[in-house]
Amino acid sequence: MLSRTADHLFWMARYTERAENTARMLDVRVQYSLMPQSAQAEQQGWRTMLGVSELQSQFDAKYASLTQKEVLDFMVRDPDNPSSIASCLRAARENARAVRGTLTTEVWEIVNSTWLALQQHLKSRTFEHNPGQFLEWVKYRSHMSRGVTLGTMFQDEAFNFIRLGTFLERADNTARILDVKFRFFDSDTFEDGAQGEFYYLGALLRSVSAFETYRKVYRDAITPNRVAELLILDPKMPRSLVACLCGVVSNLQEVRNDLSHETERLAEELYTRLQSAQIEDILDEGLHHFLTRFLASIAELGNGIGRDFLLPVAPELPEEAPADTAPAASQTQTQTQTQTQVQAG
Amino acid sequence: MPNFYDEMYSNGETIRPHYTAFAEWLAQQPPNLIEQKRAEAELNFQRVGITFAVYGDNAGKERLIPFDIIPRVINAAEWAKLRAGLVQRVTALNRFLHDVYHDQAILKAGVIPREQVLNNAQYRPAMHGIKVPSDIYAHIAGVDIVRAGEGEFYVLEDNLRVPSGVSYMLENRKMMMRLFPELFARNRVAPVDHYPDMLLDNLRSAAPQGIDDPTVVVLTPGMYNSAYFEHAFLAQQMGVALVQGQDLYVDDDTVYMRTTRGPQRVDVIYRRIDDDYLDPQAFRPESTLGVPGLLRAVQAGRVGLANAIGTGVADDKSIYPFVPDMIEFYLGEKPILNNVPTYQCRKKDQLDYTLANLSELVVKEVHGAGGYGMLIGPASTQAEIEAFRARLLANPEGYIAQPTLALSACPTFVEAGIAPRHIDLRPFVLSGKTVSMVPGGLTRVALNEGSLVVNSSQGGGTKDTWILEN
Repeated sequence: MLSRTADHLFWMARYTERAENTARMLDVRVQYSLMPQSAQAEQQGWRTMLGVSELQSQFDAKYASLTQKEVLDFMVRDPDNPSSIASCLRAARENARAVRGTLTTEVWEIVNSTWLALQQHLKSRTFEHNPGQFLEWVKYRSHMSRGVTLGTMFQDEAFNFIRLGTFLERADNTARILDVKFRFFDSDTFEDGAQGEFYYLGALLRSVSAFETYRKVYRDAITPNRVAELLILDPKMPRSLVACLCGVVSNLQEVRNDLSHETERLAEELYTRLQSAQIEDILDEGLHHFLTRFLASIAELGNGIGRDFLLPVAPELPEEAPADTAPAASQTQTQTQTQTQVQAG
Repeated sequence: MPNFYDEMYSNGETIRPHYTAFAEWLAQQPPNLIEQKRAEAELNFQRVGITFAVYGDNAGKERLIPFDIIPRVINAAEWAKLRAGLVQRVTALNRFLHDVYHDQAILKAGVIPREQVLNNAQYRPAMHGIKVPSDIYAHIAGVDIVRAGEGEFYVLEDNLRVPSGVSYMLENRKMMMRLFPELFARNRVAPVDHYPDMLLDNLRSAAPQGIDDPTVVVLTPGMYNSAYFEHAFLAQQMGVALVQGQDLYVDDDTVYMRTTRGPQRVDVIYRRIDDDYLDPQAFRPESTLGVPGLLRAVQAGRVGLANAIGTGVADDKSIYPFVPDMIEFYLGEKPILNNVPTYQCRKKDQLDYTLANLSELVVKEVHGAGGYGMLIGPASTQAEIEAFRARLLANPEGYIAQPTLALSACPTFVEAGIAPRHIDLRPFVLSGKTVSMVPGGLTRVALNEGSLVVNSSQGGGTKDTWILEN
């Protein structure tokens, strides 16, 4: 398969997944904002979310105040924010359009019609009037896109590169969603949860579609370390870090070439470590520290895949995060766009 | 009585025999159903993403080409004549191309002035003496034809470079069959869906000698090109890779594509990029769309290009007037299809005639395309004519003039209901070991009342084209 085609497929999947996860991350906050809390606490919550997404300075440069309204505008609509839902769905669609011949008609039509319907949503500003419903719609479209990929695509290399993009992006995003929580409560140590924390954890679990699962698995109260265990170490949990790495490893094996040995080794090592890890060890290290290391490894894997298979990918680094947030900055990877000039022909 | 030929009615009211079944069906349809079907068609085209980009707009901005649901119907006898005329014309054009890049017999015989060919900007000296597979240059031709009267067809242009539109021909048929399956039960419409298979066969035959199982690719300028949908569509339908210049490289006069498993040799390139942009080492150095060294690979006979480099010299408007002479010279036959009488403004007497009759004539740029930069005298204001006169006088060599033809019209849905609109026809002619085509082509329609410009960039639409079998 053409390297450029693989690149488009990989990034189509990453941006689709990123749109979904931006929606999930926003959804936790929107749900939680219904809880009684001070304006200051709410603002702090949004600030943390922007920090984990490495977007705080970009936001501050643009908006005078920080309330749900501004954050939603920035994270849903803003075309200048590369992680906004609109930017992600646009990038997913542009990538799909570039390789539409490689996709089944059904996959292309879902990606294209999502983008067309998004224009209507943006125009009528449903994301302001009813953010919950809009974010639900984004997730729903992402489910359709994934479902039609699994249900119609021939499982060759094209399929493997799509899946690689999905799992890598999802690993990155689950780690960030977890990190928001633990930075928000400003602590890596677990004490018996305050009421607020309990509700926050409930919202977090729902946002990764894990609330019912949690009840089924633990049949017990919601505690932070069990939430972490479920979302990091449980191989049966589709959005857990270990499940994502499992997907990365198996798809990398399928597309193996003469250059990819080192990248494969890195992925396997990360996967093996997660498989054998105990949640206690991770908590001893400090969850935030662990997640920061994990995000760095995911970025390295992304670079490796780019180097071995795709166009030479020089990740374009977002601007430095302000000093008060953690060193996890600058790991949001974006596609190196190869612009093609318009010409008669 | 209208002063143009109506495809559906004779004498303004009698339905022509080949339209009877359609007209009966149309009369039975409730008006709101037709409206509903039109909306359905539009929605479908949008969802499938059958769009084109318009130059001058923001890069990547896409529009739908309006699709009209009343088909353009041609009966079997007229198609047989058109087909024979097309085979004859395209055969002669390929002979001409081979000749001007080899022995130049037609120039030696004085049939066409030597300097008019050799000084033409589209003549590529780099191709002189180069052997191309099967001596075919224009593998794909999109010949624009208009009808002026009963059995009276004129060729407007021979598009021999990178003609586009065939994907609309195929998608229009698919759409009509989806919207109105019952129509195809009532009419024996010749199928066109096998075009991609014919095209692939044709391209494979353009491979360098000795290659048993050639690798074919479609080369596109990229997704912001106006015809990108078509490039992607054809590559997918043929099951071949859609590549951009950056995906290919030339090593030791051989073309390779970069794949996830390393380099793979490419034998035939269906290129949808103009000559000028094809190889920055040979043509425009600033082009980022092409493949450095591609011309060398062609000269070494290591890769087949469809169409070959240098076909523009045969479809240039300054060469167009000589096509009937080519047919007689190479084939010894009388031309079946008419040429439109053409005044070459490079000649003093013909320039004078043109200047004196601007309000009656159509004046076109010799190298123009897409309906840009032309004057339609009868439809222009005095001010427009005077402005054009100044441009013409500044550069007479750059223009030709033709009488304004009374283009035929076909009933078309417009805001006020159904009304006749002018149309043309672009059949796609494939040349390889034989010359072949699917029955029909792309019918374009000028949607504005009285307009003669059918180009999609100028507000034109398209129709399904039916060749009825006997």
